[in-house]
Amino acid sequence: MNVREWVRRAAEKIEAEAERLSRLDAAIGDGDHGHNLDRGFAAAVEALPEDVRPGRALILAGRAIVSNTGGVAGPLYGMAWRQAGKALGDAEQVGAAEVGAALRAALQSVQELGEAVEGEKTMVDALAPAVAAYDEALAAGGDLPTCARAAAEAAERGAEATIPMQARKGRASYLGPRSIGHLDPGAVSTALILRALADVASRDA
Amino acid sequence: MVGIVVISHSRALADGVAEVARAMGAGKIVVRSAGGNVRGGLGTSIEEVEEAVRAADDGDGVLLLVDLGSSVMTAKMVVEDLGGDGVALADAPLVEGAVAAASMAATGADLRTVLNAAEAARRHRKI
Repeated sequence: MNVREWVRRAAEKIEAEAERLSRLDAAIGDGDHGHNLDRGFAAAVEALPEDVRPGRALILAGRAIVSNTGGVAGPLYGMAWRQAGKALGDAEQVGAAEVGAALRAALQSVQELGEAVEGEKTMVDALAPAVAAYDEALAAGGDLPTCARAAAEAAERGAEATIPMQARKGRASYLGPRSIGHLDPGAVSTALILRALADVASRDA
Repeated sequence: MVGIVVISHSRALADGVAEVARAMGAGKIVVRSAGGNVRGGLGTSIEEVEEAVRAADDGDGVLLLVDLGSSVMTAKMVVEDLGGDGVALADAPLVEGAVAAASMAATGADLRTVLNAAEAARRHRKI
């Protein structure tokens, strides 16, 4: 799979959904998640060199996201892409096993940096079930498109499941029970990025 | 002497806290501020934080004080990038932590002691 295409597809989806993500964020956050991410991912696409290995490309994309994305999404997504890139190492070809390792590394970095666990109304509520679904599909012998689709579906379900949760992290956590009843915008953007993975994996297959 | 870097979403807030901390450091320590994003708005720039850490380090280490949210995560990334050697992040209130850290650093204490002083500031009640 071409990981640069994954970053590009994620950027397209985020650009298309930027208004909606910012609107979701306006309910419980500071209302800029979509536009912040759009700026960061556009910078990541700009920063993707063609002449380096896939892992290195993701590391550079992560760096661009950190520098150009406002809010906690910058460090969180930037670090996630960077750790995913590091997990790919010097691999020239990226298949189902490599993507699985990259996703696990991304989840671990988000959990460490954000100190979040599942159930706190964050990106982790989309990413953790996505990684679990990916690994389950992989263990069952699934190919990359199958595993990626399983991850995307789990992420989308995970994002929906944040609605009844009370936020425990970030600005929304100051709202206490008033954060209940809203989608977490970070979980929604995470689901978009995993859907982008499924799109590209299916296209390449 | 241990250097101090004050990191905030707001340039004005970072500068103001650094000004207070600098006064407590009695002119003996370096206190740098990093505030706002690269476009001059509210946020944190990892490049600016890295530059401030370099400027504040005379070889004895640097303590980072942060406000919240992305400042915390940006600072954590900087600490991780530098391997955690000679740079530490304080889990402390911004103003009280910076004042405590600057006061302790001015005594010539090492990084661990300055970090402990900043984190102990959490227990200081105001009334």
